[in-house]
Amino acid sequence: MTSPAPIAEPRETPRSDPAAVQALSIDGVSHSYGPRRALIDVSFNVRPASFTALLGLNGAGKSTLFSLITRLFGIQTGRVGIFGHDVSRTPGEALRLLGVVFQPRTLDLDLSLTQNLLYHAALHGISRREAAARSAELLARIGLSDRAASKVRDLSGGQMRRLEIARALLHRPRLLLLDEPTVGLDVKARADIISHVRQLVTEQGIGVLWATHLFDEIMAGDDLVVLHQGKVLAQGPMSSVITEAGAQDVNTAFMRLTGAQTIPGGGA
Amino acid sequence: MSSITTRDAPRGFSASEYMTCLTGIVWREGLRFLHQRERFVSALVRPLVWLFIFAAGFRQVLGISIIPPYETYILYEVFIAPGLMAMIQLFNGMQSSLSMVYDREMGNMRTLLVSPLPRGFLLFCKLLAGTAVSLLQVYAFLIIAWFWDITPPPIGYLTVLPALILSGLMLGSLGMLISSGIKQLENFAGVMNFVIFPMFFASSALYPLWRVQEGSPYLYYVCQANPFTHAVELIRFALYGQINWVSLAVVGACTIVFMIAAIYAYDPSRGLARRGPAGGEG
Repeated sequence: MTSPAPIAEPRETPRSDPAAVQALSIDGVSHSYGPRRALIDVSFNVRPASFTALLGLNGAGKSTLFSLITRLFGIQTGRVGIFGHDVSRTPGEALRLLGVVFQPRTLDLDLSLTQNLLYHAALHGISRREAAARSAELLARIGLSDRAASKVRDLSGGQMRRLEIARALLHRPRLLLLDEPTVGLDVKARADIISHVRQLVTEQGIGVLWATHLFDEIMAGDDLVVLHQGKVLAQGPMSSVITEAGAQDVNTAFMRLTGAQTIPGGGA
Repeated sequence: MSSITTRDAPRGFSASEYMTCLTGIVWREGLRFLHQRERFVSALVRPLVWLFIFAAGFRQVLGISIIPPYETYILYEVFIAPGLMAMIQLFNGMQSSLSMVYDREMGNMRTLLVSPLPRGFLLFCKLLAGTAVSLLQVYAFLIIAWFWDITPPPIGYLTVLPALILSGLMLGSLGMLISSGIKQLENFAGVMNFVIFPMFFASSALYPLWRVQEGSPYLYYVCQANPFTHAVELIRFALYGQINWVSLAVVGACTIVFMIAAIYAYDPSRGLARRGPAGGEG
């Protein structure tokens, strides 16, 4: 593996420069559950300080991909890198830079908000004092300071999600993965979470991979990866994905791409 | 946002980071245990039922001769106390593994496994945490048993501690190994029947092995081969300030084997990966 050259400014990371250190690089990843192929030769990148939407219907392989990136499953074929660290070879260094919000809730419902955060900090080896300071700061940012000592069970769905995002940020990762984080939330909570995560991209330069099947969560400046039945059908800036599909909006582009998958050359 | 794109040199993890992680996992397990009062109560009631009811009824049936480590004739209650201590740990070990299956189904397990620290270390911490919880239960049992005339020498309360830690680790890692093979929570009841009961009854927990030998030589060999027997004997001798070397060797070796097997089974490229999506596949 050649060592990628350090790049000074994240904003200028070219989309296609292979030498650039990508926040996340997925390279030729395939995965099977027995005879069933969940992912087929998936490759794409997430640039630092960018918002990349991973668009796919249920069963497209999004959660499998997340499980591979987070090393829940072993990688069968291909390579996953986080800021140049291979997830299989140096998992510690890779996972250190990664924050994750999984689709199912993963909080301890009977513990308090602070206790949940302190536990997560300990898992990352962050000392108690430092962890307490960071927890207080993050709880303030998500507007839940006054609930710090309440049990997580008493929170609303949207508050739990915000807490999970805060928890994922506790060890100051540079890449944040979110697997359908707005599922089951009301309109207001959804909007809050989307704007919060977009703020993280612009203000803190975090690279975000946002898996979703909801078209309205994607914005004009986003990068887009369309995943369907385990294959990447299209990827690139949202506008060019739409143009290449000969469509006017994401919705139509997605329908055309997924409907056209059997025609040779229909994929990206 | 300073050096966002440069790749850091691998820096590994310091000893204090490992310690923070270990204490964090034990602390969380302890908190969860305190929140589950029913679990604590049932962990205590189970051996006490055996002690108060079963032993009282059984003491006339079964005479106990003088066998090491005991120096005098003893009451049946005194004889089964170490077996009940081991039983607490057996149940606790299986219960921790049950909670691991539950956590895996519910997704909580992911929180643990995405920690950047080595996975083997994380699972070891989880085992230690489960063992710590079992120690709380065992000592609570010993306090109550003291009022029931089960009064080992005071030093015994101290010398039994290392034995309890080792047997707790052995039974915990056995539970963890079993949990890695269970696909769903529903399958667990069967495992309880096929693991807990045979292990408990085919051991020296309730009757001395020479008695078993008189009744059935084959069962005697089964009991001898049962690691739980050796956990019981290790605890029994340690409670009286003695070491049963054979049991120590068996329990130590089993702990190592079970632990390595459990960590191997939880390796992402082997155990978990074969099972397919762990809930919430999208």
